[in-house]
Amino acid sequence: MIRLEPRAEASQVMSYASPLIAIVLMLIGGMLLFVFLGKNPIEGFRIFFISPISDLYGISELLLKATPLMLCAVGLAIGFRANVWNIGAEGQLIVGAICASAVALYFYESETSRFIVLTIMVLAGAIGGMLWAAVPALLKTTFNTNEILVSLMLVYVAQLLVSWLVHGPMMDPDGFNFPQSRLFEDSALLPMLIDGTRLNLAFMMALAALVMGYIFMYRSFAGFQLQVAGYAKDAARYAGFSAKRMIWIGLLTGGAMAGLAGMSEVSGPMGQITDNVSNGYGFAAIIVAFVARLNPVGIFFASLLMALLYLGGEQAQQYMNLPSSIANVFQGMLLLFLLGSDVFINYRVRWKKEATA
Amino acid sequence: MTSATDANHEFRLELDGITKIYPSVIANEDVSLNVKRGEIHAVLGENGAGKSTLMKMIYGVSHPDSGQIKWEGEIVHVENPAHARSLGIGMVFQHFSLFETLNVVENVALALPGSPDLKALAGQITEVSNRYGLPVDPQRLVHALSVGERQRVEIIRCLLQNPKLLIMDEPTSVLTPQAVRKLFDTLRQLADEGCSILYISHKLDEIQELCHTATVLRDGKVTGTCIPSEETPKSMARLMIGKELPVPEHAAPESLGEVRLRLNGLSRTSDDPFGTDLQNIDLEVSSGEILGIAGVSGNGQQELLYALSGEEPIAEADAIEICGQAAGRDTPDQRRRHGMGFVPEERLGRGAVPQMSLTENALLTAHYARMLKRGMIQFERIAEFARKCIDQFNVKCGGENAAARSLSGGNLQKFIMGREILLAPDLLVVAQPTWGVDVGAAAFIRQELIDLRKQGTAILVISEELEELFEISDRIAVIANGRLSPAKKLADTNIDEIGVWMSGMWDPAPTEATAS
Repeated sequence: MIRLEPRAEASQVMSYASPLIAIVLMLIGGMLLFVFLGKNPIEGFRIFFISPISDLYGISELLLKATPLMLCAVGLAIGFRANVWNIGAEGQLIVGAICASAVALYFYESETSRFIVLTIMVLAGAIGGMLWAAVPALLKTTFNTNEILVSLMLVYVAQLLVSWLVHGPMMDPDGFNFPQSRLFEDSALLPMLIDGTRLNLAFMMALAALVMGYIFMYRSFAGFQLQVAGYAKDAARYAGFSAKRMIWIGLLTGGAMAGLAGMSEVSGPMGQITDNVSNGYGFAAIIVAFVARLNPVGIFFASLLMALLYLGGEQAQQYMNLPSSIANVFQGMLLLFLLGSDVFINYRVRWKKEATA
Repeated sequence: MTSATDANHEFRLELDGITKIYPSVIANEDVSLNVKRGEIHAVLGENGAGKSTLMKMIYGVSHPDSGQIKWEGEIVHVENPAHARSLGIGMVFQHFSLFETLNVVENVALALPGSPDLKALAGQITEVSNRYGLPVDPQRLVHALSVGERQRVEIIRCLLQNPKLLIMDEPTSVLTPQAVRKLFDTLRQLADEGCSILYISHKLDEIQELCHTATVLRDGKVTGTCIPSEETPKSMARLMIGKELPVPEHAAPESLGEVRLRLNGLSRTSDDPFGTDLQNIDLEVSSGEILGIAGVSGNGQQELLYALSGEEPIAEADAIEICGQAAGRDTPDQRRRHGMGFVPEERLGRGAVPQMSLTENALLTAHYARMLKRGMIQFERIAEFARKCIDQFNVKCGGENAAARSLSGGNLQKFIMGREILLAPDLLVVAQPTWGVDVGAAAFIRQELIDLRKQGTAILVISEELEELFEISDRIAVIANGRLSPAKKLADTNIDEIGVWMSGMWDPAPTEATAS
């Protein structure tokens, strides 16, 4: 009979091995999936994981896709460390994108310099995300509502909001009634890093956010306070760290980072706002943060992996006739296997012989 | 020893070479002991010596890795507690297993096989409780019972099954001295009727008074067997801790300085429906004295400590004055800045973060002692502070980077105590300074408190251990039902009087108010 037995001490090895085990299991699961769909698994693997990054353009696309994931995940990780469960980065990203787009459209044909427009767009994006995240923070600190539910429900509000805007106030007047805004002017677009690719300055912003996130988490007193609140609520209270302040910091940083990710999308690869602004980055970033063990270095690599799943999904759609949701299936498998392997951090398996006593 | 397995099996219970190994520790190693019928047999040892592990194996909660258990001369494998009960083994646990929302009869019925008739059972309960002097009303709800009464319910529950062996795990830790007397009478009566009793304790005087024989455990091994009435507490302590018991020196109180903590009619309704409301508490603690607050647990200590520490601030700012400042509404943080240090009773999870290193745990409260620079942690400074704390307070650990949870309870307590003391507080509030700490470390901690008092710190100690309070306090008060008695100078009172006070009975009109 198989039994799970609590470990006396959480396994250090397992806590780092479990994301890797989850990745391997996801690959195996994916190959099996290809077999069941009647595809050649080796070919599937090549199309999904190798061919998207076999040239410079592919790699630049990978970094481009990883950018919003890094931004969202590092912000979420800061909150998650304090057990502040912001599940609504997707909504915060959308509202950040809306605010940044509003700035871009406001300065349309105004001849304002690129630096000024982009700076205001960055600020607007971050503030928009923060505002959206402030709602669950305010409700939690005043009425003790559950931030998971509130932040999640606000995602749908944000989606409807952007849909209304691109069908109404923000719709391109010359756009034949397509639900999208005007294409932004160059002054509202992030400069490219490599010619001939779509990789832009936002990637550098994401790297900077990771470094700053690292310093905040491991070197600053505020980061320490968040960690204490996450590990032991009573110890945080004993030390006099304000629980409300932790909730505000956790949610607002997550919101700001997600809003920035939204700005980087509309000001980067999209160049306009549509009702399909997010691509699910806000939700995927939750998986990224957990696979990364809430660590900025881990977030870098986990974002690349997750971005690869996005690209692989597109390729599989093109060359293997698979539905686009294949990428979601891989993401789901990754999270499932991660949660499964995480059990073994705190438990060990025992094959128990019955009735020895 | 094994020769005793003759036909009339003189021994009711024989343990032979019992060994129990947990992944990180050997809990019991080659433990043998024999209990005669009608014998009160003490199992003596410090916290962590392996007493509870041993008892759990006898009661079938866990199973030995090697060795054998003989019951009335026959080898048995005690499968589980139900099996143990069917053999005639009853156990009263240190932490009660009663449902607070049910009444006494219902609680007892739950432990019995089948579905007994509640009316008849109530009659049986009354009968047993009268016979053994354990007064309890079968119809009362458990949450309304005092701790002593709850223990009686547990004992009655065991007695209803006519046990041949009763295991008592640290039964007196929650009782007033008077209630301890009554319990001893009951146990003696049971023993006279032929019931064997295994009595687990680390309190030497109790064992001397009650028990016929004693088996002493240290680090999971038997270090000796003795007849307590022929030993001195000192000689038994030597068996228990392996060295002489250090006694803290306590100089006569010097002249008192200014008042550092003043409570002015502190009242507070508890948030917990089963908690205790604080009622109009007045108290003063001055520089250079230790004020002890005695009381049976659950009489408002928790609520008082939360109000004092600021973890649950109160509405009236001037009900609590810390070093001359009205601090009732202040956060724990602000109170530390007024000069208060605080050691809570829970070490892991409140006084320290289990997963974090000692360095990081030092930062928990020492952060305002110039450990930060523009919001960034000065890791070198804080590590130095942690090392100093480890050295000065003799903390046995794997260095300042060891996780708090890797330390034993006593060593972590020394570290937390050291952290608060090194911050040089003007006022120190300590809850249960030596709870679960071994005798040697306890003596060290008490000495530290006395030394700190000499340097002029005002110290408030809340403890359930009367002996400890009498050892270190200058004045002593009692908390009962959320009310605080007047404080008496140690010389003007004695354990008996404080014991009576612990049941809430002190002069309704205090003749001797707090020395102000």
